[in-house]
Amino acid sequence: MNFEFSDDQKLIQDQARQFLAEHSPLTATRGVMDGQTAYDSHLWKSIVDLGWTATAIHEQYGGLGLGSLELCVIAQELGRSLTPIPFFSTIYLAAQIIQQHGNEQQKQRLLPSIAAGETIVCLASSELAGQHLFKAKQTQYSNRRLSGKKIAVLDGVKADYAIVSATDTNKKHSLYLVNLHQADIQRTLTPSIDSSRPLSSIEFINAVAEPLGANDTASAILTEAFDRAAVFTSFEQLGGCEASMQMGINYTKQRFAFGRSVASFQAIKHIFADMYVAIELARSNAYFAAWALSVNDKKLPLAAATARVSAIDAYYFCSKENIEVHGGMGFTWEFDCHLYYKRAQLLSSIIGSSRWWREQLVSRLLDE
Amino acid sequence: MDFNDTKEQAMFRAKVKSWLTANAQAKRQGLMAGTQEDRYQQAVDWYHKRYDAGFSCLTWPKEYGGQGLSQMYQVIWNQEVSHYGEPDEYFVIGIGNCGPALMTFASEEQKQTLLPRMARADDIWCQLFSEPGAGSDVAGLSTKAEKTGDEWKINGQKIWTSGAQYSRYGVILTRTDLEVSKYRGLTMFMIDLKQPGVEVKPIKQIDGGSHFNEVFFNDAVIPDNYRLGKVNEGWGAALMVLMNERLANATAAPDGFEDFLNWAKASDIDGVPASQDPIVRDKLATWYAQHAGVEATTFRMITAVAKGGVPGAEGSLGKLVGASMNQEIANFVIQQLDAGGQLTGDESTPLDGHFQSAMLMAPGIRLAGGTDEIMRNIIAEQVLGLPQEPRADKGIPYKDIPSGNTGA
Repeated sequence: MNFEFSDDQKLIQDQARQFLAEHSPLTATRGVMDGQTAYDSHLWKSIVDLGWTATAIHEQYGGLGLGSLELCVIAQELGRSLTPIPFFSTIYLAAQIIQQHGNEQQKQRLLPSIAAGETIVCLASSELAGQHLFKAKQTQYSNRRLSGKKIAVLDGVKADYAIVSATDTNKKHSLYLVNLHQADIQRTLTPSIDSSRPLSSIEFINAVAEPLGANDTASAILTEAFDRAAVFTSFEQLGGCEASMQMGINYTKQRFAFGRSVASFQAIKHIFADMYVAIELARSNAYFAAWALSVNDKKLPLAAATARVSAIDAYYFCSKENIEVHGGMGFTWEFDCHLYYKRAQLLSSIIGSSRWWREQLVSRLLDE
Repeated sequence: MDFNDTKEQAMFRAKVKSWLTANAQAKRQGLMAGTQEDRYQQAVDWYHKRYDAGFSCLTWPKEYGGQGLSQMYQVIWNQEVSHYGEPDEYFVIGIGNCGPALMTFASEEQKQTLLPRMARADDIWCQLFSEPGAGSDVAGLSTKAEKTGDEWKINGQKIWTSGAQYSRYGVILTRTDLEVSKYRGLTMFMIDLKQPGVEVKPIKQIDGGSHFNEVFFNDAVIPDNYRLGKVNEGWGAALMVLMNERLANATAAPDGFEDFLNWAKASDIDGVPASQDPIVRDKLATWYAQHAGVEATTFRMITAVAKGGVPGAEGSLGKLVGASMNQEIANFVIQQLDAGGQLTGDESTPLDGHFQSAMLMAPGIRLAGGTDEIMRNIIAEQVLGLPQEPRADKGIPYKDIPSGNTGA
């Protein structure tokens, strides 16, 4: 048994961490949060130059052909630094779906330009709060045209393409690829909890669309895609957890009250111990899911759901308790605590929220 | 990352599997089966059988009763034996705590004589650290060891000593200097418990069982060559013992999940399968995520140990998570059974009363081997590097430190 990343993978991670520490300060995250831009295009170009967008794309389509484990360690560092770029939508979701299910022409058209950072692709599946992401009740496809409205689309404002779930005239539920640079589309930025990763609504008004994947496979493709994305996301969440805890530790160590360091109080230390436990459980579950993904083990569906549930709970806990140990300053816009608290919210819901994943976990566990 | 066995490991696993099939008893449901004495005797028999077949203490050197194998082989053994109902971890305190202490500090002759007998459960060992006035603050203990000639005279009392009633030997931590600060005046020994100066009194627990004991020492005698480590350096030696305990704890701590899953799959609540009940399903998700996380954390620790690392304070995590989960699961299941859930010996009680039994045992598991609160302190201070609490006993000679119950 060797349940650890390789030295090469750790090297990639160290380099990613160093690079982001230098080039992705939280002021960049705040720049997007304040509405100056939809994402940090300068940072995006830098990480493209480092090859991160190409990491898990096959070499024949302009990628580096590395495995999913390399993408996991990069995800952890992007999560730690809250880097405001469209990596989640384009790489974890879209590139994976296209690579797994696109036809040859679609792969050749899109994957090289995704790898080169020239094309941003979003996933548009949500229609209504409380309605499951897989159900496209209102979006209709007919005769190469798509109509309907999607909400809470991550990176929808700037994306070049969207992968859209829709129902056709035979009530079959499938995925479609839509070029967003056409007249019959209206995109609207929507206020959301974490505006450092903006969400938008996209309305398709008889827009030109092409099928992606076989007919009637939207649920199957999205289930599989969400399992894969859940693994990468759990690493992003893990990085965010670690950053939240470290921020709390650094602050309470140097802040004195009642004549002693705040971090020396048992009530505070036990909060950090509980954060540590939550993080280690999330880390171990994420590692196991990463392994299952890397070898396509049959345990992947359960492992992915487990990693996802652990990571959602851990990030919520660490980010809220980081505010708590900061006291009043943690509640200010000026301090960075809220950046993690908000990102924890976004990542908890963007590929199905806790309720859905807990249900997935149990169904898969009982099916074993 | 790789979870596959090497060729040698696969061969070993096959050998273990076939031996267990022929020799190990199947799992029985519940913990209530048989008395404590029955369980003890079953454990002794199992340890004999296991030793004679060459499957005991796999990581110990051969000359001390082990097989000289790496930690991975022990993991393979543990994985395979966990499918059976044998009390494979029954004497974990001797083998997990006392064994490594002897390995580090005993003489070569003592190791060759005592360790194989320990491995085969010919001698049972216990750990004599806690005292009535020194629980979480174990370094505050007061049992005295005074030297006369080549012998030490021991006076005082230990408590919460698991298995002392069965033990031939113990590893004991004593006070040898009252004038220095508390950590500096401790010395560790092994002690022969079958002597007139030692009296063992079982403690009746809230579940009615008696796993723990009080042990009284009145001029008990220890020869100087039973000393483990240097005089007044017992605290460092004790920490080494406790460090070894962590890996053992991490792999052995019961978290109750498997029983919960079995119950959920097999039971009805008011005519509906428990596994379809939304409240039960929510609990399954919560506890499975924790259970799987602890298990995978153990894999990470084993990987680190296999690469030459030392099991760190991270091992506290499995015990901290598992002990509470075990209690919460027991309470949750009982709450699904209405008044009938209060019965411990009725035939309608699921899993032979396992959850009722676990409910009563669980508070002890949260306390034993370091309370939840001590575990959190260890994580906060030793893993995360947070500052210690200001201490009222720092730098004060042991004799001037108040300790234990001081009366109201």
